[in-house]
Amino acid sequence: MFESISAVTNSAGYLLEGVGVTLLLVGLSLLIGFVCGIILTLGQVYGPRFARWFVGIYVWFFRGLPNIVLLFLFYFALFPFMGLDLPAFGVAVVVLGLRSAAYQSQIFRGAIQSLSEGQMLAARSLGMTKWQAIRSIILPQSLRLSLPGWANEYPVLLTDSSVAYVIGVAELLTRTSQVISRTGEPMILYLTCAIVFILLNYGGMMIIQYVEKKVRIPGFGNNEAECL
Amino acid sequence: MTDSINATGADGGLGGFFQNLTDSIISQIPFWQDVLLPALWDGLWVTMQLVVMTAPLGFLLGLLIAVSRVYGSAPVKWLAQLYVIFFRGCPLLVLLFILYFGLPSVGIVLGSFMSALVGFILCNSAYNSEYLRGALQSIKRGQLLAARSLGMTKMQGVMYVVVPQALRRALPGVSNEFIYLIKYSSLAYVVAVIELTGAAKIIASKYFMYFEAFAAVGIFYLVIVTIATIGIHRLEMKYAIPGVSGAVGKVSKGH
Repeated sequence: MFESISAVTNSAGYLLEGVGVTLLLVGLSLLIGFVCGIILTLGQVYGPRFARWFVGIYVWFFRGLPNIVLLFLFYFALFPFMGLDLPAFGVAVVVLGLRSAAYQSQIFRGAIQSLSEGQMLAARSLGMTKWQAIRSIILPQSLRLSLPGWANEYPVLLTDSSVAYVIGVAELLTRTSQVISRTGEPMILYLTCAIVFILLNYGGMMIIQYVEKKVRIPGFGNNEAECL
Repeated sequence: MTDSINATGADGGLGGFFQNLTDSIISQIPFWQDVLLPALWDGLWVTMQLVVMTAPLGFLLGLLIAVSRVYGSAPVKWLAQLYVIFFRGCPLLVLLFILYFGLPSVGIVLGSFMSALVGFILCNSAYNSEYLRGALQSIKRGQLLAARSLGMTKMQGVMYVVVPQALRRALPGVSNEFIYLIKYSSLAYVVAVIELTGAAKIIASKYFMYFEAFAAVGIFYLVIVTIATIGIHRLEMKYAIPGVSGAVGKVSKGH
């Protein structure tokens, strides 16, 4: 028992770096997902017919495939086929980000469509261009409304990030497995790994809830909790 | 003509990319017919087994946990909550590793298929219990009180009055989770179950046909998920009571 615990403490530094890699992976993917998600949403809601068609296919593709298949497809097939030589971490960020964009775009779309159409018409009638109206009238409101749904993206990405193990990204789970093959203590180390993930999960959720409270405007959007 | 196309194909670019793609697909028809597709059909069968066995068990266990969380005594509630926190917070992959690599070190050997199955059931039930809990809590308290006043025990009231209504309301969430289950069943590959993804990975590494194998397995998943989505949509339409079964409270989205 004592030996098992020392297996954890001896490798604590190495595993903590893995936590850093995991969080970086999640953070970057959330960012890519956010930016691409907004672009996809705007394409779907305000874009021409071909943009809607494209977003539909995109969302169908990224939501229909398992994470692990997407990672294999991009890492072993698509990127090498296109001549791109990204490291595993880069591939994981891109794949998780693009996948998250598909989910996030549907959260934002729900929020935009829950705004009354009169807002756009009113903005246009005041002389704003369509783009101005989207940027200063529609997006500020809909992003606030989509925050509760968006907050779900963090735990989803966190748990999905562990799948990057299969292409060898040195995140928490990969490092845990490496330490296990050195020390031969699978139970205690995998349990520690699980508990760290759970702490990251609920710790992050608490921070998000705090931010949610800070950004909330009293009386606005409290009844619009679910946008997905 | 063909030479010029091949020339553009050689120096890359988007046109070359698609040219390479079609070329490689046409020249590999025998490989698809004799090697890839048979392996994937076998894999599909294993995936189906995993999904079909997990879904009902995960649902029933989820229902049990949801009922204990809403109607149980204090320690039962607490235990059920701990269960949900652990199995929702822990990545499924880590859970599979604990079951497959961790448990044998304390003397419990499950084997790869069983560890995958147990892992999926635990994860699936934790998520389902959240949807079901939302649905149970959305049924008015008066219903249970009315059932009690008619002489039913609390158990009877929950089983015959509250749960049947709650199930209808939980249907969208639970069926969504079924779609997720199809997708995360691919994780069984890491504990050496040769399901769809595993079969593709083996063929890909053996014949060095990564693009073909993963493109094919991708098409398999897209077809299954699309069929399941359409089927579930039909089911939801069938069981929706106009004006009654709407969205449940805030529930998590899963994977």
